[in-house]
Amino acid sequence: MKMRKTTLGLATAVIAGTLMMGVETAKADDSIFVPLFTYRTGPFAGSGIPIADGMHDYLTMLNERDGGIGGVKIAIDECETGYDTKKGLECYDAVKPKNPVIINPWSTGITLPLIPKASVDKIPVLSMAYGLSASARGDIFPWVFNPPDTYWDGLGMILRYIGSQEGGLEKIKGKKIGYIYFDGGFGKEPIPLFEQLAKDFGFELKLYPVPPGEMQNQSSQWLAVRRDRPDYMVMYGWGAMNTTAVKEAAKVSYPMDKFISIWWPGEDDVRGTEGAKGFKTLNWHGIGTDYQALKDIQKFVVDKGLSKAPKDKVGELLYNRGVYNSLLIAEGIATAQKLTGKKVVDGADVRRGLESLNIDEARLKAIGLAGFTGTLQLTCNNHNGHRPSFVQQWDGAKWVKISDLIEPMPDKVKPALDAAAQDYAEKNAGWPKRTEACDKPS
Amino acid sequence: MDILFKILIDPFLQMGSAPDLLVQTIWEGFVTGVLYALIALGFVLIFKASGVFNFAQGIMVVFAGLTLVGLYEMGLPAPIALIVTLLVMYVLAVTIERVVLRPLVNQPDIILFMATFGITYFLIGLGEFIFGGNPKQMISEQLYLPKGSLEFKMLGGFVQLQKIDIAAAVIAMIMIIALALFFQYTRIGRALRAVADSHKAALSVGISLNQIWVIVWFAAGIVALVTGIMWGARSDVSFGLQVIALKALPVLILGGFTSVPGAIIGGLIIGIGEKLGEFYWGPLVGGGIESWLAYCIALFFLLFRPQGLFGDKIIERI
Amino acid sequence: MFYRETGQFKTNYADDMALLPILQDRIGLGIILFVAYVIIPFFGNDFLLSTVMIPFLVFSLAAIGLNILTGFTGLISLGTGAFMGVGAYACYKVSSTFPDLNILFCIVFSGVFSALVGVLFGLPSLRIKGFYLAVATLAAQFFLQWCFVRIPWLYNYNVSGAIEVSQRSIFGVIVTGAKATPESRYIVMLVLVTLMTWVAANVLSGRIGRAFMAVRDMDIAAELMGIDLLKTKLLAFAFSSFYAGVAGAAMMFIWVGGGEANDSFNINQSFLILFMVIIGGLGSLLGAFLGAAFISSLPTILKFGLPAIGIPLAGATAEHLTYILVGGLILFFLIVEPHGLARLWQIGKQKLRMWPFPY
Repeated sequence: MKMRKTTLGLATAVIAGTLMMGVETAKADDSIFVPLFTYRTGPFAGSGIPIADGMHDYLTMLNERDGGIGGVKIAIDECETGYDTKKGLECYDAVKPKNPVIINPWSTGITLPLIPKASVDKIPVLSMAYGLSASARGDIFPWVFNPPDTYWDGLGMILRYIGSQEGGLEKIKGKKIGYIYFDGGFGKEPIPLFEQLAKDFGFELKLYPVPPGEMQNQSSQWLAVRRDRPDYMVMYGWGAMNTTAVKEAAKVSYPMDKFISIWWPGEDDVRGTEGAKGFKTLNWHGIGTDYQALKDIQKFVVDKGLSKAPKDKVGELLYNRGVYNSLLIAEGIATAQKLTGKKVVDGADVRRGLESLNIDEARLKAIGLAGFTGTLQLTCNNHNGHRPSFVQQWDGAKWVKISDLIEPMPDKVKPALDAAAQDYAEKNAGWPKRTEACDKPS
Repeated sequence: MDILFKILIDPFLQMGSAPDLLVQTIWEGFVTGVLYALIALGFVLIFKASGVFNFAQGIMVVFAGLTLVGLYEMGLPAPIALIVTLLVMYVLAVTIERVVLRPLVNQPDIILFMATFGITYFLIGLGEFIFGGNPKQMISEQLYLPKGSLEFKMLGGFVQLQKIDIAAAVIAMIMIIALALFFQYTRIGRALRAVADSHKAALSVGISLNQIWVIVWFAAGIVALVTGIMWGARSDVSFGLQVIALKALPVLILGGFTSVPGAIIGGLIIGIGEKLGEFYWGPLVGGGIESWLAYCIALFFLLFRPQGLFGDKIIERI
Repeated sequence: MFYRETGQFKTNYADDMALLPILQDRIGLGIILFVAYVIIPFFGNDFLLSTVMIPFLVFSLAAIGLNILTGFTGLISLGTGAFMGVGAYACYKVSSTFPDLNILFCIVFSGVFSALVGVLFGLPSLRIKGFYLAVATLAAQFFLQWCFVRIPWLYNYNVSGAIEVSQRSIFGVIVTGAKATPESRYIVMLVLVTLMTWVAANVLSGRIGRAFMAVRDMDIAAELMGIDLLKTKLLAFAFSSFYAGVAGAAMMFIWVGGGEANDSFNINQSFLILFMVIIGGLGSLLGAFLGAAFISSLPTILKFGLPAIGIPLAGATAEHLTYILVGGLILFFLIVEPHGLARLWQIGKQKLRMWPFPY
C-alpha cells in the first residue's frame, strides 16, 4: 500500500513537473540560452553523436576558457530529437519559453515545420548546410540561416570537380552520371537542378533512389549501377546508408575515386570498410586537433571530464562539423553583442548578428581557428554565403584533402534558388514580407 | 502498346542481353532470401511450439549482434564474447518465459502478439542503453568469416560471389539441417513436435511446457545471433535492420506459419522475386518498389493458397 | 456511496438506450468536457497545449479509428499510419486546389478519400483474417508510403516533397500555419474530436456497431443472422480509415504544421496506434482515449517531467529509458489486465458501486 502511494506521488510529481515546464522562464538574466537539438539515439545516432559532442564541447570550452561570450555565460541545454520530426517539435515547444537565442534543428525534417514558426516566434533557425536550400534568400526568409552552402551549391561543386577531373566542364558532355540518394526530402531536393544541369552540360543522369527502410539493403541499386556503368557516382546519403553504399560500391568493384558524396559521411562510415579507399566527399573545414581552439577544447573540456566524447573522437570530421556549427552560433552572438551594445542578447539580436556575420582570416586567427575553414560573410539578402569547398579522399585511415577550393555554380543555382523561394512564399499564402531592417555591413 | 512492351517484353530482353547480370541478380536475391529465411525460421520455431507470433524476432537479431560486438569492444576475446552472447540469449529466453509467457498463458493470440511488441521496445531501449545507438561493425575477421570475393567469367560477362555470402548460405544450410536433426532424433525434439501438435496432449504425457518454451526461445535466439552475424557482416549491426526483419512476415505467409522448409523456400522466393522485380521492373515506376513488392507477392499468393506452401490446412478461412 | 444508480428509473425505451444511462456518468462527462473546454485552455500553458494535448487528441482520433476496425470488428490492421497519410495528402490537395474552402471542412472531407483507399485495401479481408490480414495491411502501409514519395502530384511537385501548410482561419481566428495560437489550434482539435467521438459512440451502439461486433465474435453466425459480411467488413474499413484520415490531416495541418509528411506516417506510427488500442482496451471508445494518453503522453512526460522535478537525465539516456519503460509498461499492463486500461476503469467503477460495503 505504501509503495503504491509513493509511486502515485512520484507520478503526480512528474506530471506536475511537465506542466510546470513552460512556466519556468529563463532562469537568470545573466546568461544566454542556447538549446542544442541533438540525436544520440535512433537510426542516425552514429552521425548524430559526434556532431552533438562537437557542438556541445566548443560552447563549453568558451564558457570554461573565456567565461562565455563577451563575459556572459552560455546556458547550454541538449534536447534529444532522435532525428524524429515530432520529437523535434516537442523540443522546440519545450525550449521556446526559455528565450533561446537560436535553434539548430539538425534534421531537414525538423527544419521545414520550424521555418514558418521562426519569424512568428522571433527565434532564428540555423540549419547549417542542410534544411531548405531556398532559405538562403534572406529577403524572403529573414529568420533562417543555412551557411556555408546549400545542397544545390554542393551539387554545383561536385560537378565542377568532375569537370576538373575530365579536363574541363565541357568535357562531361555525353558522360553518364549516377545519383544515389536517400529517398526523402534531403535527397530529392537536388534532382530538379541536377536534371537542369544534365540538359545544360549534356550529360546523362541516372537516378538510384534508396528508400528509407532499405538503407542497409542496397544491392539492387548497385546492381543497376553495374549494369548502367555510370562514369561518376554522386551520393546524397545519411547514416547507415553511407556505410552500406560504400560497401556495395566496393562489392560491384565500382572505381572508388569516381564516387563522390555530399559532405555527410564521417570516418566511422568508411573506416574498416574493405575497398573504401579512394572514396571522396566534399568538405569545408579542417580535421584533427591541430588548431588552437581544438587544443583548448581538449584542455578545458575533455581533460576536465566535461565532454561526453571519447578522447580519440575529438577532432574527427563530424565532431569538427559540430564545432563549426557552434562557431557560427558563438560568432553570431558575439556580433550581436557588438551591434547592440547589449551583453545579454535575445533571438532578434542574434538574427541581426548573423546577418552581419563577418568571419575573416583575422577573426579566425583571433578565435584560434586559423586555417580551420574559409571565411564567411553573411548579409541581409545572402543567408548562406555559398562558400567554396574542397574534395577530400579516404586513404584507408584518414581523410586527405585532394583538391583546391572549388567554387559553386552561382549562375546555375541562383535562378533555381530564386524560383524556389518565390514558390515557397506563394504556396504558403500569407507568407510575411520582410519587415526586419537591415544593418549596414560593418 | 509501348507500355505493354515495357512491362511484358523489355525486361526479358534485358535479361537475355546480359545473362551475367541476371545470374548476379538471382544470386543477390538468393542471399537476401537466405537471411529472410533465417529470420522467418525464428518465427516459425516459436510459433510452432507456443503459438506466439513473435514480433520481437527482428529485434532479437539486432540485439544478439549488438551484444556480440559490444562485448568484443569491451575487451572480451571474440570466442568468449560469442559464448557470453549465447548465455545472454539463454537468460533472455528464460526471462521471457518467466516474466511474459507464463503469466499470459491462455490469453488470446493478439495479446501475446502485443506482448512481443513490449519485448521489442524493451530490447531496443536496453540495447541502446548498454551499447549505445550507433551502428557497429561486425567483427567478421575475429570470427574467421571469409573476406573478399570470387569472380567467375561466364555468359559473356562475370559473376561475382562474395565469400561472406557463400558462408552465409552454407551456415544457414548447416543450421537448418542441425535443427531438423534435432527435431527428428532427440528427446527434446520429439517433445517439441508433440507440443506443436497439441499442448494438452503433450502436457498429459508429462512434457513440461515451460521447459519447452525456454528451449524454443533459446533456439530462436541462436538463430537470431547467426542472422545478426551474417547480416551484420554484409552491412552493419544497427537498429535499422529491424525494418528489414519485417520482410519475414510475407515470407511466413508464403511458406506457412508452421513449416520450417516453408520458411526457407518462402524466403528464397521473396528474396529473389523482389530483387528481380526491383532490378527489371522497378525503373518503370521510378524505383524503390522493393519496400512493398514482397508484401504484394504474399498478398497475391494468399488469394490462391491461403495456408501457404507447406502450412497446415486448418487456417481460419471464410 | 456516490456512484450508485439506485433511484434512477428508466421509464421509456429512449432512456434505456441512452449512451450514458447513469446520471453520475453524465455528470462525469460534463466535468471532463468542462475541464477540456474551459480549464485547460485558460490555465494551461503553451507547452501543455501544443506538446501534450494536441498530439493526444490527434492520436485519440486515430486510435478510435483503429479500434473500430480491430476492437469492434476484429480485423487487425498494421496500416493505420498509411491511412493517416492518405488523409494528410488528400487534405493538402483539397485545400490547395480550393483555397477558399473552410479548412475544417477540408480536414473532414479528406477522411472520405482515406475511407475509399481503406475500402480498397480492405478487400482481402473478405478471404483472410488474423495475422494474414495484418500482413495484407502491411502491404498497404508500404505501398502507400511509396506512393507518397513517388507521386509528385500529391505534394504539388514540391522539390523536397514537403507539405506546405498555408495560413487559414475559421470565423476570423487563425487556426493553421505558424501564427495560429496553441489555444485556437487546441480548441479546433477538441471540437473535432468531440464531434467525431459523439458520432462514433452513436454509430457503434446502433445497428451498424452491433453488426460489427457480431462479425467480430463469430462471422459465420453473423452471416447466418443475415448480416452481409462483405458490406459490414468494408464498412468497418471505410469507417475506420475515415477516422484515421481525419487524424492524419489534423496531425499535419493543426499539430505539426507541414514538412516532410511521408516519414511521419511510417510503420512505427501504425504500431504505436495499435499499441494505444490494445493498451487502452479493445472495443472501447474510452480505451482509445486512455491508450492515446498513455502512449503519446508518457514519453513526453518522462522526457520533460523528470528533469523538471530535479531528476537529471541526459537526453539520450532518457530516450533509452523511455523505450525500456514503455516496453516494460506494455508488458506490465498486458499481464495485469490483458483487456486494457478501459477494463481496469470498469473494474474500478464496479468496486465504486459497492463501496464502502463490498459485500
